[in-house]
Amino acid sequence: MRVALMVTCINDAMFPDTGKAVVRLLRRLGVDVEFPASQTCCSQPMVNTGYLDEAVPVVRTFTEAFAGYDAIITPSGSCAGCARHQHGMVAERSGDPALVKAVAETSPKTYELSEFLVDVLGVTDVGAYFPHTVTYHPTCHSLRMLGVGDRPRRLLENVRGLRLRELPAAEQCCGFGGTFAVKNSDTSVAMGSDKARHVRETGAEVLVAGDNSCLMHIGGTLSRQQAGVRVMHLAEILASTEDEPAGASTASHEGSAR
Amino acid sequence: MSAAREAVLGRVRSALADVTPTPEPVVPPITSALSAAPEGHVLDVFVERVEDYKAVVEQVDAEGLAAHLATLFEPGQRVVVPAGLPAELAAAVPVAVTEDDGPLTAAELDAVDAVVTLAAVGVAETGTIVLDHSAGQGRRALSLVPDRHVCVVRADQVVADVPEAVARLAGAVSAGAPLTWISGPSATSDIELDRVEGVHGPRTLHVLLVAADTVGPVS
Amino acid sequence: MSGTFVGMPVFPTAARAALGDTQLRHNLAHATGVIRAKRAKLVDEVEAAHAAGAPGGWEDLRLAGAAVKQRALDDLAGQLELLEESLTKAGAVVHWARDAAEANAIVARVAKSHGADEVVKVKSMVTQEIGLNEALEAEGIAAWETDLAELIVQLADDLPSHILVPAIHRNRAEVREIFLRRMKDVGRPAPADLTDEPKVLAAAAREHLREKFLRAKVGVSGANFAVAETGTLVVVESEGNGRMCLTLPEVLVSVVGIEKVVPTFAELDPLLRLLPRSSTGERMNPYTSTWSGVTPGDGPQEVHVVLLDNGRTNALADQVGRQALRCIRCSACLNVCPVYERAGGHAYGSVYPGPIGAILNPLLKGTGEKQTDSLPYASSLCGACFEACPVRIDIPEVLVHLRTKVVDGHRGDFPPKAEAVAMKGAAWAFSDASRLGLVEKASGLSGRVLGRLSKSAFPGGRPTAGRLAGPAVAWTGARDLPAPPAESFRQWWARTDGGTRPDSTATPSSTTTEGETR
Repeated sequence: MRVALMVTCINDAMFPDTGKAVVRLLRRLGVDVEFPASQTCCSQPMVNTGYLDEAVPVVRTFTEAFAGYDAIITPSGSCAGCARHQHGMVAERSGDPALVKAVAETSPKTYELSEFLVDVLGVTDVGAYFPHTVTYHPTCHSLRMLGVGDRPRRLLENVRGLRLRELPAAEQCCGFGGTFAVKNSDTSVAMGSDKARHVRETGAEVLVAGDNSCLMHIGGTLSRQQAGVRVMHLAEILASTEDEPAGASTASHEGSAR
Repeated sequence: MSAAREAVLGRVRSALADVTPTPEPVVPPITSALSAAPEGHVLDVFVERVEDYKAVVEQVDAEGLAAHLATLFEPGQRVVVPAGLPAELAAAVPVAVTEDDGPLTAAELDAVDAVVTLAAVGVAETGTIVLDHSAGQGRRALSLVPDRHVCVVRADQVVADVPEAVARLAGAVSAGAPLTWISGPSATSDIELDRVEGVHGPRTLHVLLVAADTVGPVS
Repeated sequence: MSGTFVGMPVFPTAARAALGDTQLRHNLAHATGVIRAKRAKLVDEVEAAHAAGAPGGWEDLRLAGAAVKQRALDDLAGQLELLEESLTKAGAVVHWARDAAEANAIVARVAKSHGADEVVKVKSMVTQEIGLNEALEAEGIAAWETDLAELIVQLADDLPSHILVPAIHRNRAEVREIFLRRMKDVGRPAPADLTDEPKVLAAAAREHLREKFLRAKVGVSGANFAVAETGTLVVVESEGNGRMCLTLPEVLVSVVGIEKVVPTFAELDPLLRLLPRSSTGERMNPYTSTWSGVTPGDGPQEVHVVLLDNGRTNALADQVGRQALRCIRCSACLNVCPVYERAGGHAYGSVYPGPIGAILNPLLKGTGEKQTDSLPYASSLCGACFEACPVRIDIPEVLVHLRTKVVDGHRGDFPPKAEAVAMKGAAWAFSDASRLGLVEKASGLSGRVLGRLSKSAFPGGRPTAGRLAGPAVAWTGARDLPAPPAESFRQWWARTDGGTRPDSTATPSSTTTEGETR
C-alpha cells in the first residue's frame, strides 16, 4: 500500500511538529509514509470563502501530488472533509472533465488520521504513553462532515497514563470557522471564550483535538486568559512513547506531570 | 388576478426546467414501537401521554359513563351538548345548552362553563385526540370557546401513532371535513420557554376513555 | 422587496452590538438551551423505539419528510394547479400574488369589502415577510397579533428575533413591563397587580385578546402546509389563538407561500411527526387545525387563499439553493446554532434569522446588496444546523454556494477587494509547491524575528507573535497567535530526508523546540 502524508498548509507552515508526529506514529505502526513534495493545500480557505475559481488550480495541484497513492492521510478533519466533500464541486466548476475524473480518484482515498488508524489499520492501541490529564474537543468537520464518531476517543482511551476528562458542551463549535474567525471576529471570540471556559472547567492540563486550526483559536484564547492549559494535536499524543515522550523538554513549563 | 397566476406558474416552470418529478407518493416509516404492541399497552401509553400534557384522563365502563359524566360538573353549570351526542350523555349534564334553535354566538359560547364531545381518533404515541367534527363532536367553535372540554374517546378509536391516525382520517378529509388535533389543554412556552397550560383554548381538557365500543353518535 | 428590517447594518456590526448586551446573551442562552434539550430528548425517544423494534428511526423520518417536500417542489406547477382546483371545489377563493405588494393589496381588499377596520391574526412568518400589518395599517385597518410572543413584539414596537418564539430575547420582567405600559392603549388594560409569572402574564394576554377574538369579522393566517389533493390548509399551534382566528370570524384570508404545498393528505404524516419534535420539543403541539375551503355551518363562510411567490421562484431556480424551500419553519437550526445563540435574531436583519435565514434571505432576494451578502458569512460552517434540520436541508452546503455567488458578483470590481487580492495570492502560492516553499521561508524568517521580539509564550514555551497590526488585528485583539516556526515541515523533510537522517543539527535558530506546542 502506497501511503502519502497530506500534512496540510497550516501544519506545514505553522505546526510542523504535528506532521513529524504523524510520520513517527505511522512508521512505528509499520507504515512507510511518503511526503509528496508537490503538495500545497486542500483549497478549503478559498472554497469556504466563496473563491471557487481560485480553488481550481489548488485542487488540481492536490490531485497531481497525490495521484497513484492508495491512501492519503491527513491530520485534519477539516482538510479531509474538504478533499472528500468539496473537491467534486470545485472540479465541476472548472468544467474540466479530466479534473473531475482526477478528483473522483483522490477524494475517496483521503483519510483523516483517526479514520486511517481505526478503519484501515484496524488499531485502537497504538502503543502510546502520555501521563497527563487530557480533555478532547471533537472538531465540527471531523464530527459532522466526516463522521469520525468515537474513533479519536477510542485511540485516546488506549494511551497509557492518559486520564481523559469529559469536556462540557463538547460538540459545540469553538468558533474558528476559517475566515469566519476574522470576518466575524466578535462572534468567533465569544464562541471561543465559552469553549475555553468549558476546557478550564475540566481541570485538564492538555486540550487535544484533530485540527490545529481550531486548536490555534482555542489555544490562542486560553493563552490570552493565562489559563495554563496546553493544546496538542491528537497525532502528537499518539506519537508519544516512554522512549520519546511528547513535550518532555517543555512540559514542566505549565502544570504538567504531577 | 390571472396575470399574476400565469406569471407565477411560468416562473415555476422555467425554474424547474432541469427537474423530473416523482409521481409516486412517499411511504413514510413507522417509528413507534406501539404500532406492533398489544392493544392494552397502546391504551396505557395513550393515558400516560395525555396525562403528560396535564390533561385529566379517566377510564370508564360504557355502562357507567353517563353517571360518571354527571359527577364532573357543579350543580347549575351550563354545558354545551352538540347535536348527535348520545341522549343519556346529554341528559347527564346539569344544564344542557344546545344549538337546536340555531347556532350560539361566540359571546354565548363564552358564557357557558363547559362542552362535552365525542372524538374521531385517539393517538397513543403523541397523546392526541382528533375531532373530525361529525355528529356528537360539534362544529369547531363548540370545543374551543368554553373553558373546559370533556371529550369521550372509545378504546377502539385509539391508534398507535400518527400514520395510523392519518389513515383513519383520510376519508373525512376527502369529504371536506375540518380536523382539530388536540394534545392537552392550550399552552404556551413563549415566555422564557417556561410552559404554561391554559391560554386561549380550553384551559382544562378532561378525557374519558371508554372501554367498550358501544358509545357512538346518534343521528 | 420587503423582508429586511429597514436600515439594518451588516451582520458583523449588528452582532457586535448584540454580543455586548448581557441581558440578551443570558435570555438567548437560557432559552435555546432549554429547547435544545427538549428536542434532543424526543429524538432519543424515537431512536430508542427504533432500537426496540420500530422499523424506522429518526433519520428515516427525516428522509421521508425531506422526500415529501422535495416531491412537491419537483412538480410545483402541477401541484399548485391541483391545489387551486381542490380549493376552488371546496368553496375557497384562490388568489395569486407575485410579490408582497400584490398579496397585501388582496388582503386589504377583502377586509375592506366587509367594512372591517381590524383583523385578528394567527402567528405567520409569511405575513411578516410581506409586511402585511404595516400595509393594512396604511389602509386604516388594525392587524392584531394574537400569538403571545407576537403580541409582546407588537406591543413593544419591537422586531421578532426567532421563528418560533419571536420574543425569545425578552425575559419575564420585560414582558410584564411591556404589558403594563402598552395594553391599555390598544384594548383591555393589563391588571394593575400583574406579576412577572408566565402563568399570570399568559392570563393577562387571554383577557386582553378575548374581546378581539369574539368581535372580529376577518381572520388572517398563514399555513404550515397546503395539501394539493384535498385543498386542505394546516395550521400548527399551541395557544388556541390560531383556532380562534380560523374559526370565529366570518371571513378568513390565508396567505400561503407556494412552497407550502404537500401532495397528499397521507404525506402530511411524517411532517406532523417531525415538526413538533423539532420545533417546540413536544411529541405533538397542543392544536393542529386543518380545513378545506368552506365547511357549511362551521367556521368562516367566506374563505380566501393567497398563493404567494415573493422570491420563491428565484430560490427554486437555484439548483443548490432550492432545497431551502423544503423548510417547515421549525427553528431547530436556530436553537442549535452557536452563532445565533450569541448574536441573537435581530443581527440577521430579517424575519428569517439564524442559519435558515442566512440562506433563505439571499435566495429570496438575490445577492448583491451589502446586508444580504453578509448573511452567508454569518456562520462558522459547523454543521449543527444540517444535523438538526428535520427536512435535511444541507445549510452549510448552501452557505458555501451563496458565498460563491457573493464573490462572483464582485469579480468585475475595480479596484478589487483586499480579500480578493489575498485569495488570488493564496491561489498563486498554493498552485505550486515551490512558490509555497518561498512563502514559508519568509514566514520562518518573520517567525524568528517575531519570536525574538515576543514578550509572551504559550504553555510549553512557544513564543506568541504578539499583537499584530492590519487585518491580523481581528485575530490578535483577543487571541494569541503563535509565531511561525523557524523551519516548515517541508524544510524539515528535505533536510532530514523525512526524519531518516539523524536530526543531530538543531533546527536553525530555533524558536521552537521538539515537542513544540502552540
